[in-house]
Amino acid sequence: MPDPAQEGSGNGIHDFADSLYRSESRRVLATLIRLLGDMDLAEEALHDAFAAALERWPREGLPANPRAWLVSAGRFQAIDKIRRRARFDAVSAELADRIETEAAVERDEPPEGLEDDRLRLVFTCCHPALQPDAQVALTLREVCGLSTEEIAAAFLVSPTTVAQRIVRAKLKIRQARIPYRVPPFSDLADRLDNVLHVVYLVFNEGYLAARGEALTRSDLSAEAIRLGSLLSDLLPEPEVLGLLSLMLFQESRRMARSTPGGDLVLMDDQDRSLWDREMIRRGRDLVDRAFASRRIGSYTLQAAIAALHAEAPTHEATNWAEIAGLYEILRRADPSPVVELNRTVALAMRDGPEAGLEAIDAILSRGDLLDYHLAHSARADFCRRLGRREEARRSYSRALELVRSEPQRRFLEKRILDLDKPASFP
Amino acid sequence: MKYLCLIYEAEILYATMSREEGQAMMAEYGTFTQEVIASGQFIAGEALKPVATATTIRIRNGQLSVTDGPFAETKEQLGGFYLIEAPDLTDALRIAGRIPSAKTGSIEVRPIQVFN
Repeated sequence: MPDPAQEGSGNGIHDFADSLYRSESRRVLATLIRLLGDMDLAEEALHDAFAAALERWPREGLPANPRAWLVSAGRFQAIDKIRRRARFDAVSAELADRIETEAAVERDEPPEGLEDDRLRLVFTCCHPALQPDAQVALTLREVCGLSTEEIAAAFLVSPTTVAQRIVRAKLKIRQARIPYRVPPFSDLADRLDNVLHVVYLVFNEGYLAARGEALTRSDLSAEAIRLGSLLSDLLPEPEVLGLLSLMLFQESRRMARSTPGGDLVLMDDQDRSLWDREMIRRGRDLVDRAFASRRIGSYTLQAAIAALHAEAPTHEATNWAEIAGLYEILRRADPSPVVELNRTVALAMRDGPEAGLEAIDAILSRGDLLDYHLAHSARADFCRRLGRREEARRSYSRALELVRSEPQRRFLEKRILDLDKPASFP
Repeated sequence: MKYLCLIYEAEILYATMSREEGQAMMAEYGTFTQEVIASGQFIAGEALKPVATATTIRIRNGQLSVTDGPFAETKEQLGGFYLIEAPDLTDALRIAGRIPSAKTGSIEVRPIQVFN
């Protein structure tokens, strides 16, 4: 952090306020939301507080605790402002009374940790009463501090669309009186599930880049990991650690996942020396901690599978038997067609492509995953390895019809072309 | 980022307002403007004279023409604007939503184009 005292000028204070805004504004905002009970009011108070700081700090010197100063300045300016507005609006007068009363009461109570306010805000933003899209947008904006325009660019939608989602979600929070709090213990597991789901959705949007030109959008993955780290500091539940571990293992392969030209490289063809060992080490540490709790959930199981991949010297030397076993547990703990699909890949490595094909046909014949391109490309892959060229071509073609990401489309096209080269059959 | 908030509303509204209503509206605008200034987000803002005072100029095939009034009849007219500084569109909308005329007309929010 810059030291404005040394620079002794308004400019120094300006730079200091700028860097303070970047590092502290989300924390200050989270606390103001709790104190004022309203997101818009809090956002306004945040601007007021920083404007007041820029005006007063050069004259009065830097406060001992700038963050606390900003919170208190924001809060009392908000009360003044609501009082002024009461001239046009009866609701404001009541609101001002309530906030002021609470402010008076709270002086006698021990101050709560500011980081707890961020946790409260995460639970509010990921409230199940809000639309899933809105939960994602709201979390990225209010908790992570991404701008509406940045979120829009990351999800390939217009800023107006994102702003609409956020504005509607805030309205819903106000109307339904969704509280700013960490849910009571009885609801915590369910609500935490939803939070983790939102975090993983953000991660996957960055990691898989389901649509569009680029294979990965690293900014979103990095945000999700930051969010996961924050959660694991504030609420180190086993599944929180498990999810962070899983994301780190996946992220560790980023450099190896695509060619410099942006083409997709599957795990079996990846240059393992490009995997990020530091992330793998952190991921291992977290998954061990999650396992030690003996409350093992699906993120932790997926992290354990990812750990086996990350620590294997080669694709062939991977412990496929253990991975297939973990998928079996995962399938029972958290049944989903996608988990079953992943299990077929491990089965095919453990027992041969015939076993994989049989398992995947069982899924498809049930009517599951018929529109999921990865199911068809996995099936095609098993057929290819069995030398069933025409069947492989049909499944790759079906996958090609369903795929929406440009690098994945190029990858499938190449696979189809390779079918005609006899050399591609090992 | 900078955003321009364009205020559209029916001019007839002001023509038919009572003196008290007009004063209340002015007071509300005054309070709003002071608040945006205090939050450090105000760059500029003006009210426009009625659309009847508008003069339109265009050059076609090198010929200059000057006409009075706007070129299209619309129910709502551009009556004023605020140029504001906001971290993002959502925050700009929060401010725009508090412009008093949002309750009677509509506010169009446009990001300012930055040329690099």
